[in-house]
Amino acid sequence: MSDSRPSSAASQPGAARRGRRAAPVRLLDLRTDIPRRWYIGAGVAFIAVFLFAWAVATWLHWVSPIFLPGPDAVLAELQDQATSGVLWADLWASVYRITVGWIVSTLLAVPIGILMGNFRLFEGLFEPFVDLVRYMPAVAFVPLTILWLGVGDTQKFAILFIGVFFQEVLLIMDNVKTVPRDMIQVSYTFGLSRGEILRSVILPAAMPGIWDTFRITIGWAWTYLVVAELVAANVGLGYRIMRAQRFLETDQIILGILVIGVLGLATDYLFKWSYRRLFPWALQSR
Amino acid sequence: MEQGKLLVENVWKIFGDRRDADVVAVQDLSLAVRDNEFVSLVGPSGCGKSTLLMMAAGLESISAGDILFDGTPVTGPGADRGMVFQSYTLFPWLSVEENIRFALKKSGLGRSEQGALVREHIQLVGLTGFERAYPNQLSGGMRQRVAIARALVYKPRMLLMDEPFGALDAQTRLQMQELLLQVWQAHRTTVLFVTHDVEEALLLSDRIYVMTARPGRIKAEIAVDLPRPRNLLETESDPRFAALRRQVLTLIRAEAHI
Repeated sequence: MSDSRPSSAASQPGAARRGRRAAPVRLLDLRTDIPRRWYIGAGVAFIAVFLFAWAVATWLHWVSPIFLPGPDAVLAELQDQATSGVLWADLWASVYRITVGWIVSTLLAVPIGILMGNFRLFEGLFEPFVDLVRYMPAVAFVPLTILWLGVGDTQKFAILFIGVFFQEVLLIMDNVKTVPRDMIQVSYTFGLSRGEILRSVILPAAMPGIWDTFRITIGWAWTYLVVAELVAANVGLGYRIMRAQRFLETDQIILGILVIGVLGLATDYLFKWSYRRLFPWALQSR
Repeated sequence: MEQGKLLVENVWKIFGDRRDADVVAVQDLSLAVRDNEFVSLVGPSGCGKSTLLMMAAGLESISAGDILFDGTPVTGPGADRGMVFQSYTLFPWLSVEENIRFALKKSGLGRSEQGALVREHIQLVGLTGFERAYPNQLSGGMRQRVAIARALVYKPRMLLMDEPFGALDAQTRLQMQELLLQVWQAHRTTVLFVTHDVEEALLLSDRIYVMTARPGRIKAEIAVDLPRPRNLLETESDPRFAALRRQVLTLIRAEAHI
């Protein structure tokens, strides 16, 4: 590999000059990688500082525990809910709703997004409608969906669908459009038909981008959970938060928010991890 | 009628669908490439040379005129005309070997025959040992080697090359010119080669067409009567090379001052 591509060492000014002596760790070079322990350590430290500030603020009674309970109160609430089983019932109900709602919108968004990204006709057909709906607030559909679908899980799926699908389909369209034109054209010169190019060139080329869209949209599904469980629910993480609000049980609210945050983070990492496993060829060095 | 493998006859390319915004990219252009001939198209940037190549490939529509390939009008892309682009067009999810094999999808050859052809072409472009590497592990020059191997492996009757070395650094570029020269001298095939590098065109070609600035027309046709086999060092130090270089550069300069 002799030609082109500067090695990362050569692009770091001063790296060669300093030679073999242990170079001090430079953390603030523009767009330059830093040691992994610093990268992870910084993230952990920030969360630790945040938790510490929260603890101090509540233990010293800077804020009333009614408005902001301390970490200990939230932990106690977690223990209560875990032993009574409330937490697990809520978790199950919410994960189930999110999974179904997201899968339904994804099952529709993928083929429609692919059609829109490849064929101007389909883009022209769907885009004005999709653009119109995606600006409509999902929360405003709550009363309508209850009228149409009743108070069961189907209504929760519908809210998640409305919140996710119309954005997801546009993102997938864009993922497909990022496939370079030259790559498609060169495939024609091998004698492939449009269908073959779609299947064996455009789809694999767009897949990493689409996978990233999955990661982002499932994150949105978590944020729409509270909206979906706003009304007519009797179990679920979002429902627990809404109910706690009525009784000013702020420790429950914060616990619910934290659990949603942690689960959202976990799914995010799951997608990032599987991305690296599935598409090692798409990883770019910075 | 002039005879040739590829005949471009009074071809026009007009971009834009509104009358007042029309841009004439190629104007009444004619040229011919004979069997097993290496022909280059040079000209100032934006003169429509790539557009012409895309029309010959069938990837761009022709506004007026005809392009005949082996006597048949070009109406679309086909496996009879291989193409190498300036941008990297390798499939990043496939290894070097799989990228080259991909071009044989429609060849009807069995797996073992395909494998033999792929190996032969990997060797031809000097990438033995990199069969299992992925494009993101290769340098720019190596990627273009794969692209050339991929365009040759299915034995198209003609090769269309659109500034294939345009994105490479100077050193790699010279290596690649030498490589293409060797490959072409070993496996003669018909080539239409677009470049803005006059030395590259002189080194490789039998004939050069010089184009005018937009709207692109043929300004001059120059026969490169340098002896073959050529190589970089000897050919470029030939006094005739210098004279031809001067001639072509003068023609292009006359177009470039705007």
